[in-house]
Amino acid sequence: MSAVQAWLAGYITWTLATLLLGTVVIMGYLTFNTLFLIWLERKVSGHIQRRYGPMEVGPHGALQTVADMLKLLGKQLLTPVAVDRFVYVLAPLLIFLPTLCVASLIPVSGAEAFAQMPYGLIVIIALSGFTVIAIFMAGWSSNNKYAVLGGMRSVSQVIAYEIPILLAALSVVMLAGSMNLREIVAAQARGVPYLLVQPVAALLFFIGITAETNRAPFDIPEAESELVGGFHTEYSGMRFALFFFAEYTNMLVLGALGATLFLGGWLGPWLPGPAWLLLKAYALVFVMMWMRWTFPRLRFDQLMSLAWKLLIPVALVNLVVTALLVPRAG
Amino acid sequence: MSAPISTEPLDTYTLNMGPQHPSTHGVLRLKLTLRGERLVAVEPIIGYSHRAHEKMAENRSYAQFLPNTSRQDYLSGMIYNFAWVEAVEKLAGIAVPERALVARVILAEFNRISSHLLWIGAFLLDLGAATPFLYTFDDREAIVFLLESVTGSRLTYCTGRFGGLAKDLDADFPRRARAVLAKLKARWPELVDLIEDNVIFLQRTRGVGVITLEQCRTWGVTGPMLRACGVPYDIRKVEPYGAYPRFQFDIPTRPEGDVFARYMVRILEMAQSVRIIEQALEALPEGPILAAGSSGVKKRLKPPVGTQYYAVESARGAYGILIVSEGGTEPYRAKFRTPSYANLAVMQDVMPGTMVADAVAILGSTDIVLPEIDR
Repeated sequence: MSAVQAWLAGYITWTLATLLLGTVVIMGYLTFNTLFLIWLERKVSGHIQRRYGPMEVGPHGALQTVADMLKLLGKQLLTPVAVDRFVYVLAPLLIFLPTLCVASLIPVSGAEAFAQMPYGLIVIIALSGFTVIAIFMAGWSSNNKYAVLGGMRSVSQVIAYEIPILLAALSVVMLAGSMNLREIVAAQARGVPYLLVQPVAALLFFIGITAETNRAPFDIPEAESELVGGFHTEYSGMRFALFFFAEYTNMLVLGALGATLFLGGWLGPWLPGPAWLLLKAYALVFVMMWMRWTFPRLRFDQLMSLAWKLLIPVALVNLVVTALLVPRAG
Repeated sequence: MSAPISTEPLDTYTLNMGPQHPSTHGVLRLKLTLRGERLVAVEPIIGYSHRAHEKMAENRSYAQFLPNTSRQDYLSGMIYNFAWVEAVEKLAGIAVPERALVARVILAEFNRISSHLLWIGAFLLDLGAATPFLYTFDDREAIVFLLESVTGSRLTYCTGRFGGLAKDLDADFPRRARAVLAKLKARWPELVDLIEDNVIFLQRTRGVGVITLEQCRTWGVTGPMLRACGVPYDIRKVEPYGAYPRFQFDIPTRPEGDVFARYMVRILEMAQSVRIIEQALEALPEGPILAAGSSGVKKRLKPPVGTQYYAVESARGAYGILIVSEGGTEPYRAKFRTPSYANLAVMQDVMPGTMVADAVAILGSTDIVLPEIDR
């Protein structure tokens, strides 16, 4: 075996090993995150509603979601006769994919990142738009009117709210002069977190990601008092769990993206970078939960007019103002 | 022979909402014809919990029918229970002691508040806000607990007796009742903060599901739904019964006729109920709770031949009882006029043209109780 071959073999092994390791670490963490967030949601809703939430399984119900997951694993995967079988089975698997890719693109500290791209922000926003396809596939293939309605709502909602998200992120890009997320954080390290410079964009972004993750008060695709289960009405067992998995993963990932863009990402004293990023992301997630258990739900047309008539114009004005005020870098 | 060709336009479709649906408040089925998300036609289909209460009344003695009454409208069972008792008392000419009359007002008004509280929670749940439900249920629990201490039951009260009440209010009752009222009053500002001042809530309710006076008249709408259209029609005022004429209270109305008006009317009504209870607690006379020499549940009660109509204001509207007696131990015929039936029927005029989400809000705002519609 020549030296070149040995080097090549070593290189491929190394690349494969990092890939595998990264995937395992990210998947493992996201699984833990889902279990944790579901538990957190139940605790937060419990305390907001003057009760304790889960208390029985494990200390303060910490193992409740593990028990629930085991229960869901043991459940039969029902496939209704009238569904479009291929699409129906594919949808819960697909919904999870874009979020996973996005998760690997977010820089967790100054030193390491699983994947880096010079145009990371654009890739992330493009990828997170894919979720809606899976949601629509689920709604359409279920052959259920509630599910179709949920799917239709979801498509128009996510498309409408991607625009303010993108515009809000663009104002940050203008300030930082880069689409590389690490550069954006580094720019905040030199100055202040962009929340203080761009409060309007931060608010727009937060409203946008709340809508994008289908959380109340924008949870109309799965509005249980109107559409029963929305797009996942016909799903059961682990397939149903995968939708939940995707929703909570999405919350964390978009929360982390928000933290990166507006709260200075991994920056912070004393604690290591990843800890800061997660803290900030979970703080945003907590606010989302807080909103969910406080507000009623918007109506579908009100939701759309909020996006098109208020958020997008405001985001555009904000963008123009930022463009005029941003100092020209030589 | 080929199947008849459907004349339904191709751009509409039918959606069955219920009988198993989270927002139909019991086993109601709404047959919605939709174009996209907009309703073209609504057809409420009822009868899933029909138990033949009217027929049952013909087959048992007046006293034996007592437990049935609170099972018609399980949320204001006390009011229904007293309505039957008072109708029979009027038919048979049974005198009722003063204390029982006032005690009935107190219990009925507490029941009205608990019914409205439950409605607020369920209605906001329809709008997608889960949390107020828990808070109104906490308040309601205090009332339910209080009523349980008097009647022994939490929901399906059967405490009315011909000539009074089954059990006297104990000496400590006024104190406990006032404590419950204080708890309720302390909670209301929070409700106002979280709900009435909430932009999303206002957007979802203002101008939604407007019922016109003409529609009210056509379908026989009563109760808070009619008062939300600006008509101060309340049986307690227009055909006073029991001890109500003695107490000062207003009939709150709102002119708009929309979902928000119906919400506000019920909120204001609870304050009026509190007012009535406070006066009644002051005025509660001493004396027997049951007419002398009466067991209250005489099995062989034989009212004279005649027809008696008796109406009360339940939490949902005008509840009427028609009893036809032929002098036997059982009614020859009993007919119940339940408010939710008319309040639901008007939906087929109100809902078309709105969105699915509005339909849920409008249906929620009517405060229907299905067992009362089906009977």
